[in-house]
Amino acid sequence: MREGVRLEVRGATWRAAGRDIVADIDLVCEPGTVTGLLGPNGSGKTTLINLLAGQARPASGGVWVGARDLHGLPSRERARLVGLVEQQASTTLDLTVREVVELGRIPHRRGRLSVLDQSPEDTAVVDDALRFADVLELADRSWQTLSGGERQRTQLARAVAQRPAVLLLDEPTNHLDLGHQLDFLTRVRGLGLTTVAALHDLELAAAYCDRVAVLDAGRLVAAGPVHEVLTSALIADVYGVEATVEPHPLHDRPHVRWNGPRQEVGA
Amino acid sequence: MTRTLGGLGALALGLALLAAAMAVSLGVGSVRVGVPEVLEVVARRMHLGVWDVSLLDDQIVWQLRMPRVLGAAAVGAALALCGAVLQSLTRNDLADPYLLGISGGAAVGAVTVIVLGVSFAGLVGSAAVAAAGFVGALAALAAVLVLAAGRSGTLPPTRTILAGVAVGQVCAAYTSFLVIVSGDDQAARRVLSWTLGSVAGLRWESAVFLAVVALVATVGILGVADQLDAFAFGEAAARSLGVDVTRLRWTLLVGTALVTACLVAHAGLIGFVGLVVPHIVRLVTGPGHRLLLPMCAVVGAIVLVAADTIARSVVDGQEVPIGVVTGVVGAPFFAWLLRRGRNHA
Repeated sequence: MREGVRLEVRGATWRAAGRDIVADIDLVCEPGTVTGLLGPNGSGKTTLINLLAGQARPASGGVWVGARDLHGLPSRERARLVGLVEQQASTTLDLTVREVVELGRIPHRRGRLSVLDQSPEDTAVVDDALRFADVLELADRSWQTLSGGERQRTQLARAVAQRPAVLLLDEPTNHLDLGHQLDFLTRVRGLGLTTVAALHDLELAAAYCDRVAVLDAGRLVAAGPVHEVLTSALIADVYGVEATVEPHPLHDRPHVRWNGPRQEVGA
Repeated sequence: MTRTLGGLGALALGLALLAAAMAVSLGVGSVRVGVPEVLEVVARRMHLGVWDVSLLDDQIVWQLRMPRVLGAAAVGAALALCGAVLQSLTRNDLADPYLLGISGGAAVGAVTVIVLGVSFAGLVGSAAVAAAGFVGALAALAAVLVLAAGRSGTLPPTRTILAGVAVGQVCAAYTSFLVIVSGDDQAARRVLSWTLGSVAGLRWESAVFLAVVALVATVGILGVADQLDAFAFGEAAARSLGVDVTRLRWTLLVGTALVTACLVAHAGLIGFVGLVVPHIVRLVTGPGHRLLLPMCAVVGAIVLVAADTIARSVVDGQEVPIGVVTGVVGAPFFAWLLRRGRNHA
């Protein structure tokens, strides 16, 4: 597997229809760490992920991967540096799992005129990725017949086959049951890449992330180690929810228990 | 590895079938020529050994039929190729080469020349019709792109398709109006037959031109085959796999439109080949474009050579428009695909 590199966002702003969707984002992700991107619906998580993935170009500021300005790179080179797993991928085509994972080799291919399928190196990388995401035995199955968990693992394998240094996940566990959520994030941690994952579930964020960054109305309101940032005051502030954050009885990570909507004083 | 060999095998088989279909097609018509004689004529003309062939056979096979058979193969190949590219690029199963108002625009040009030419000068040459069709197609394409392009230069597929429909409707209104107002039966007949497509009038120069267009299109599009693969999971996924989506979309939409304009100018509108052939081929090759695209070109060529053979042999002493043949065969096939897809889903 490839080593993660440092990911740095400096003053990134993105506008749509004259309105700032995210503004002045400064964020540093150290090599090989997992950063959880938190915030309520509409706070700009997906937009920020898209900026980090090079899907959109910031109106001002920028994103640096190692020493390189991500938005100044040719698209093919960018794709060899940053991998993205979307919330829910869909296609009408009848692709096998292996064919989906092989898509990850596209930015690495040279002989583009070739009718031939894969180079031996491509095949080895794809096999590794299939094994890593535990979909090797599904390799010849049609994508259309997969369950939600299998599809998400296949997409992870595709991103792994891309051999990126940075992995971006946009609410990757939204459509998974609890067991598959834990399994998916355990695999992601095992990659050792610099990872940013937009997450809804604070409990999952607390359990799997080294650091969290919290967005509210397009602004970064907090960023740091999980137990420093994830406090009941912040949750009340950003989500409008009364919650208790306490040490988990079995491990040292924080445990979030919500009590109900925040009681507005004087409301 | 087995897939690679299988793919190359399928491609070789397809090319052999195409050669066979062309050989048969060269012998079929008002005067029948046997396949051995056809091969002798072709071998002599290609300077492959010394053959004793009759002058009549040579005239019929090489001068009269070869241009239309070669032209049919080229048009079929390019139509299927363009259809496959547009279906992948817009992620729309109904996309065909005439998507961007090409057919309507070409009709405006061709019909204008036919109607005015027939009423003023009695007859117009096919070169004038071809040129006018080409210019009309380009004008329509320009109108569609202006309507569809976003401020930042993007080309959203849905808006592009809708712009194509809008421009096509305006063009259709104009051509209908012109034909009715002219009140000229001969012109109306010629317009109708142009609209249904034909490779009957093709001469050697046109056939060679079309073959070059088809060849250049195939090689050019093969160069971006894996970038089209990247569109399987949509535009964002393609971008994250390193595809410059906006640039690729402009290049391929304009490129396929130019190719189609060349085809339409010489052979009129031949429906269903560009729509159906990619669907058939996908059933066999799967969705990977590095095999799908060359196979589409080969199968498209076979289909149109076969359709042209039927068109000139099914009714004695008369040609059936090739568009009628592709429609009659293509539509039921498309319906079958539709039902198959429904059972599948």
